[in-house]
Amino acid sequence: MADHAVPPTPLDYAPAPESRSIVDLQPSYGLFIDGAFTEGADGRTFKTVNPATEEVLAEVTEATDADVDAAVAAARRAFRGWSRMPGRERAKYLYRIARILAERSRELAVLESLDNGKPIKESRDVDLPLVSQWFFYYAGWADKLSYAGLGADPRPLGVAAQVIPWNFPLLMLSWKIAPALAAGNTVVLKPAETTPLTALLFAEICQQADLPPGVVNIVTGAGATGQALVGHPDVDKVAFTGSTDVGRQIARTVAGTDKRLTLELGGKAANIVFEDAAMDQAVEGIVSGIFFNQGHVCCAGSRLLVQENVYEEVMDRLKRRMTTLRVGDPLDKNTDIGAINSREQLDRITALASTGDDEGAERWSPPCELPTSGFWYAPTVFTGVTQAHRIAREEIFGPVLSVLTFRTPDEAVAKANNTPYGLSAGVWTEKGSRILAIADRLRAGVVWANTFNKFDPASPFGGYKESGYGREGGRQGLASYLTSSVLQEGETA
Amino acid sequence: MSRLDVRKTYKLYIGGSFPRSESGHTYAVTDAKGGFLANAAKASRKDARDAVVAARKAFGGWAGRTPYNRGQVLYRVAEMIEGRHDQFTADVVAAEGLTRAQAAKVVDAAIDRWVWYAGWADKLAQVTGNANQVAGPYFNLSSPEPTGVVAVMAPADDSLLGLVSVLAPVIVSGNTAVVVTSYERPLAAITLSEVLATSDVPGGVVNILTGDASELGPWLAAHLDVNALDLTGVVDHDLGASLEAEAAINLKRVLRPSTPDWTAEPSLARMTAFLETKTVWHPVGV
Repeated sequence: MADHAVPPTPLDYAPAPESRSIVDLQPSYGLFIDGAFTEGADGRTFKTVNPATEEVLAEVTEATDADVDAAVAAARRAFRGWSRMPGRERAKYLYRIARILAERSRELAVLESLDNGKPIKESRDVDLPLVSQWFFYYAGWADKLSYAGLGADPRPLGVAAQVIPWNFPLLMLSWKIAPALAAGNTVVLKPAETTPLTALLFAEICQQADLPPGVVNIVTGAGATGQALVGHPDVDKVAFTGSTDVGRQIARTVAGTDKRLTLELGGKAANIVFEDAAMDQAVEGIVSGIFFNQGHVCCAGSRLLVQENVYEEVMDRLKRRMTTLRVGDPLDKNTDIGAINSREQLDRITALASTGDDEGAERWSPPCELPTSGFWYAPTVFTGVTQAHRIAREEIFGPVLSVLTFRTPDEAVAKANNTPYGLSAGVWTEKGSRILAIADRLRAGVVWANTFNKFDPASPFGGYKESGYGREGGRQGLASYLTSSVLQEGETA
Repeated sequence: MSRLDVRKTYKLYIGGSFPRSESGHTYAVTDAKGGFLANAAKASRKDARDAVVAARKAFGGWAGRTPYNRGQVLYRVAEMIEGRHDQFTADVVAAEGLTRAQAAKVVDAAIDRWVWYAGWADKLAQVTGNANQVAGPYFNLSSPEPTGVVAVMAPADDSLLGLVSVLAPVIVSGNTAVVVTSYERPLAAITLSEVLATSDVPGGVVNILTGDASELGPWLAAHLDVNALDLTGVVDHDLGASLEAEAAINLKRVLRPSTPDWTAEPSLARMTAFLETKTVWHPVGV
């Protein structure tokens, strides 16, 4: 399974693979509609593979327009009962789900690493704890909606169409489903084409929790299924996380309708390191900022801005740290960087990174042997990058860091904001007043000061500008699924 | 022999000055009964683009003012509207065909509306922001920030109260605005631009274009340096839908067309529509 063709040196780590026996994979999966797994209308299926080995994990149903129709109809039927159920009862269902998620977290973590390619260290210690916490947090809101600052009687919107990406499959599901259900909406969710399995296991968890049929529906498929879902005339709310291009298409699709829309899209975050930063922490922050989850993170710190007088020091430390990163088997507990999620994404990273070479930036990667099967990309840093380079402007969504320098705080802010995106940013300095001044001027929805890539259900997440609109997490995330007298205008004349 | 009146040809209000339309075009504005009132400049694509440039230039400074200062500046605008009460009343009488008493009430309501919004400047963050208790040793604070440059299609019918009700909520939080006025009833907006020009509102914070929303709307909706679009005044459904679709080019925040009862108490809606939430994390430790 794991590729350990290279004989371990005396100082190397021994393999420490997490067992996959905890996961009971079925050869094929149907769609989850109205509380039951059903076959697709025309029997079309697609395969989902383990990106670390290219082994086929299971066959999954490709939902057609008719399937999407059935799922939306089921959600519509369930809406009446679910939205009128006392909030404290809805809360108990969500608490129940949160508990089951925690109980089955190892199974889900292994399955997530198998289907997505992310290291078990991250699926086990980051994704799954947050997934359960997300349901636990929003469960508590279900019977407290009138205290959310949205007026006396906020009401659910109806049926929510939710389309999520492949980088944090189950975590993105929880960001979407937990607040929607707490607010009294019902949902039809489409997981990404390459990572449908944990969403299908979540469907089983809904059954295990005795969630009323139709409250959660899961339809698997690719772009066409997603289009059918967000364009369906009977959905009231569309929530999408993914690329800015698809986000734009969705915004056009819902234009002129009454559908509410929230979008979490791309990013090209600046991670700004000032001369007085705590260097050890800053270097760790740079590494986790861009190499966490193989860089498949919309808020990744993909543009490093270093103050010129500490550039050499930062680069020396960063390169030294990067040589210790372990790339390989996602199920090995010592792995830092797992597999790229798909061949398609690997091709995209490879092509975009090669423009860095073509445009004159200088590429460096630590010596590291990549497995021979599966999809892999070595952690990479480009120096000598200018603001005009494509690798400084476009989202690579992979383990590729572009390094730029600056002299003054003004220059740092100007460069950081010189992007159509505005999702996140980082700032590293030991000077408190500087943190606040820079954070104030960064046009980004999340600013991590002396930390990076931290997430919490109580903390609103979402972007400025072309990184989308609306927030997920916190009270603000709840508002995305409610209509209220405070945030919407009253009766029209 | 009666005195011959001086007929007026009004201009646009861009970046704190009053230019004529670059196109040279004007159009006749008539009262509710069809009588000639004045000529207004007919804003062109170039004027709209100039207005966006002015609004972008003014954004950093206006957003960077303290909220208390923005509140004071806006309150003073209300004082100045009060000072021109008669002129605004005459504008409303002419445009909307109301009696003088009815029009005076509209002006009262517009002043009160402006004062209501002015007071929000230093309270918005307290009401829409919050500290977040995350599961770890981190300080975590969410605060509202202005979205940026907002293009506003002002209501076509309610030329003063409607205008004030869409403009004040955009700028109170620090956004800057490019307003396309009611085409047929632009005089109250023109009088307001004269108020703004002599107030403490920095040039460029509010830019006022008299002209046709169906001509100017598409340029503004597709403009890459406009961050948000308020379609309130667009009555034609297809035009509203196409402007919303155009706005997707850079993911503008869009407030969809509506016909609110402008005399009703407003909500936070028109302010929060043009606010971003910024969340700042910092580790806690000794």
